[in-house]
Amino acid sequence: MSSAHTPMAPPRSFVWSRRIFLTLLAGFVLVPVYVMVSSSLKPLADVTGKFRWLPSGLTLRPYVDIWSTVPLAKYFVNSLIVAGAATVCSVVIAVFAAYAVSRYEFRGKRVFTVTVLSTQMLPGILFLLPLFLIYVNIGNATGIALFGSRAGLILTYLTFSLPFSIWMLIGYFDSVPRDLDEAALVDGCGPLGALFRIVVPAAVPGIVAVAVYAFMTAWGEVLFASVMTNDTTRTLAVGLQGYSTLNDVYWNQIMAASLVVSVPVVAGFLLLQRYLVAGLTAGAVK
Amino acid sequence: MTTTALKEPVRDTSPGAAREPRRRTGWIRRVSLPYLLLLPALFFELLVHLVPMVIGVVMSFKELTQFYIRDWGTAPWSGLDNYKVSVDFDAPVGKALLHSFGVTVAFTLLSVGLCWLIGTAAAVFMQDTFRGRGLLRALFLVPYALPVYAAVITWVFMFQHDNGLVNHVLHDQLHLTDKPSFWLIGDNSFYALLTVSVWKGWPFAFLIVTAGLQNIPRELYEAAALDGAGMWQQIRRITLPSLRPVNQVLVLVLFLWTFNDFNTPYVLFGKSAPEAADLISVHIYQSSFVTWNFGTGSAMSVLLLLFLLVVTGGYLLVTSRGRRPADV
Repeated sequence: MSSAHTPMAPPRSFVWSRRIFLTLLAGFVLVPVYVMVSSSLKPLADVTGKFRWLPSGLTLRPYVDIWSTVPLAKYFVNSLIVAGAATVCSVVIAVFAAYAVSRYEFRGKRVFTVTVLSTQMLPGILFLLPLFLIYVNIGNATGIALFGSRAGLILTYLTFSLPFSIWMLIGYFDSVPRDLDEAALVDGCGPLGALFRIVVPAAVPGIVAVAVYAFMTAWGEVLFASVMTNDTTRTLAVGLQGYSTLNDVYWNQIMAASLVVSVPVVAGFLLLQRYLVAGLTAGAVK
Repeated sequence: MTTTALKEPVRDTSPGAAREPRRRTGWIRRVSLPYLLLLPALFFELLVHLVPMVIGVVMSFKELTQFYIRDWGTAPWSGLDNYKVSVDFDAPVGKALLHSFGVTVAFTLLSVGLCWLIGTAAAVFMQDTFRGRGLLRALFLVPYALPVYAAVITWVFMFQHDNGLVNHVLHDQLHLTDKPSFWLIGDNSFYALLTVSVWKGWPFAFLIVTAGLQNIPRELYEAAALDGAGMWQQIRRITLPSLRPVNQVLVLVLFLWTFNDFNTPYVLFGKSAPEAADLISVHIYQSSFVTWNFGTGSAMSVLLLLFLLVVTGGYLLVTSRGRRPADV
């Protein structure tokens, strides 16, 4: 994208440092990825004995067995519902909030942005138990089951990605020229019309980036998932540990399952990463 | 006109066309609209973060053992007892907390430093185009994109005593150790945790710095090149100073995430972390859920929060002060 910033070729010392550094780094990054992929194709004997770089034989057996050793499909569906719903809610709420901060002057604006951002600082452990108590009490008082339900987890996760999403979208909306939505207002659009017809379409890369971030956050969270789910609502984050509580640790199946649950997020992330970088450039790091 | 309408809705008077009643509802709507837009965000932040935080603070002043969990309001007040227990460094509980705090500080400093260093170096090296840059960038982002548990579980496999890759390479292939080492228990666990944390964390620094680099005006480099500054000098004189505002936020965010990290140690070690890698989040989790003493756990969390507030405040103060003269 950004081309060479010097008119002349970089010096040899630079090229060699770059080559060595990036090669070592790529090795560091690749080894676990290689272990994950290769082990998922190994027969069980290969992963219970001494580690071997090359499989004694390739098999797709682990990819068949993972679905029956633990109810992986159920966990998968749970994770999809929870992460999907949390992402949609988080993005919609963040779009509204960022629009208000970006386009209006109002009392308490600064307090709002600082408060929302500072929640990022809270250790999850501090509000885990109180939140658990709140959900149980809401359940007792209103009959709305939040504890142990997917709704409770969705509610929790959407707030995890909210601060960063709002922060990033403010920057992104700021970079959309005001003239555009002002013109729309003159043409008779309401403020929401201007938001959805002008600002949102112009900020699609930022919104995509925020959605990717929100989905990844919800898909990977462990702490709250381990406390706030039960057998029917368990997500992948907790369910994946099921392969190692048995007498044998089926490392080939664990690696296969890890790979299967990673593919959606990694593929999505790599496809959309240019939006994330663009979104960060426009918003967060300005 | 329209600019005023947007920037200062209070003073807005719509064009004469509007009649008096409509104008009034319009005025109310203009003033309350930003608040209405913020309402959902505010509601959820209050419900999930701020109210629980306040309850957590209240709980830290209560004697909240398993007998009172069902109806925590009835738990007896205990004044500062939970805090006294937490900071009594001669007694086992306080001693363990202090140790865990020390481990966490050391771990965080090392991890953040390495993540920042590797991420910045990689981003700077990849600022110019070369063959395979796009592919390499995608590869570098994989550790960040992987779900934490999937990535960390792979490392758990690699650190296994009998069938792991690490011992196979260090002991069987390179003969660096006399016998296979244990990585997930004992003193080595600190380095295991650090390795996983850096592997997982540096791509975020890389991502942010990469984005930050794109905001540096090209002319700066061109001018420097005309003045005869070499590549290394350009990096030292232009790139790194221009990244200061980005670094200010990046280092803070890395610090907070690493310090509060629960997922990595929890998946790496399970419910009971070895002493050498006893990070504070897991320590508090254990103090709460294993011993069922939530009052003490809350007091520890509040102390942790106070510490983070002080550090963050001090950090912002120092880094912002240093920045001002440079900006002028």
